[in-house]
Amino acid sequence: MAKLKGYVEVNIGRCKGCNLCVVECPTDTLDLQPREVNDRGYHYAYMKNPDDCIGCANCGFVCPDGCITVYRKKVL
Amino acid sequence: MNVNDIVNPENLVYAKPALMNENHMHYCPGCSHGVVHKVIAEVIKELDLQEKTIGIAPVGCAVFAYKYLNIDWQEAAHGRAPALATAVKRLLPDRMVFTYQGDGDLAAIGTAETIHAANRGENIAIIFINNGIYGMTGGQMAPTTLSNMVTSTSPDGRNVKTTGGPLKMLNMLALLDGVCLATRVSVHTATAVKKTRRMIKLAFENSMAGKGTSIVEVVSTCNAGWKMTPEAANNWMVENMFPVFPIGDLKNI
Repeated sequence: MAKLKGYVEVNIGRCKGCNLCVVECPTDTLDLQPREVNDRGYHYAYMKNPDDCIGCANCGFVCPDGCITVYRKKVL
Repeated sequence: MNVNDIVNPENLVYAKPALMNENHMHYCPGCSHGVVHKVIAEVIKELDLQEKTIGIAPVGCAVFAYKYLNIDWQEAAHGRAPALATAVKRLLPDRMVFTYQGDGDLAAIGTAETIHAANRGENIAIIFINNGIYGMTGGQMAPTTLSNMVTSTSPDGRNVKTTGGPLKMLNMLALLDGVCLATRVSVHTATAVKKTRRMIKLAFENSMAGKGTSIVEVVSTCNAGWKMTPEAANNWMVENMFPVFPIGDLKNI
């Protein structure tokens, strides 16, 4: 069966660490950086478990700041 | 599998809309305004109206909307966006004119303008962001504030006996003959965002087709004003706002 592999690219400078993408992610792929911050002082989102991403783009839809770009590819 | 195999333009499923520029948005983290801005940018691009759209910005947090979307904007005095939109649409009937207003703007100081523009059936789209308080000025009580809701000017909760109950603008507007679309949506989940996108697209199409006034109410959060995290604000909205402001179409002709 074909599987979907996704990749989430976060625009670190725009991210405000609101956590909405983390809540909306169905596969627990995303999380906020526990220590690192961007130059505005926000704990930005990153792919904590990149292998779990299915590229559903739910994170992108709910992101209020448009910092998320999602790619998806079918893997046989 | 290598990341570089996935990250290439042919696999792109979601990206920041092309009409939204690189300016850093001043909205608080998790604010619903950003999502609605994105949806508007996507719909305008999809309908290929970027050269024909004129947005009317309100007074409120979205007063700076012109900084974030690369379309033509005009700034209205507080509450007067539907009046200004009427003028723009009548003078330039081939343009798509929409107003973007909060509840303090549309439901308080601009009640008369909104109701009369809708009653005249002006061919404009009204995007109404309802978060139940005056977000920009520090979370004061608005006409749409829920009963017993604590705000900075109702510290003991809104008293229905002295200040009335939450004003349901959409239900009032849906009764008017000039209104062709009155719908209530939200943007707290991906599914809800997609629904909002469909309704805003329909509203913009109605404006171009001259069918009358379209009102899309987006039940939103103001996590800073409500003094909650964005996630808690979304849950609070589902629990408390939705029973008073139920999601769905009130009118769609």
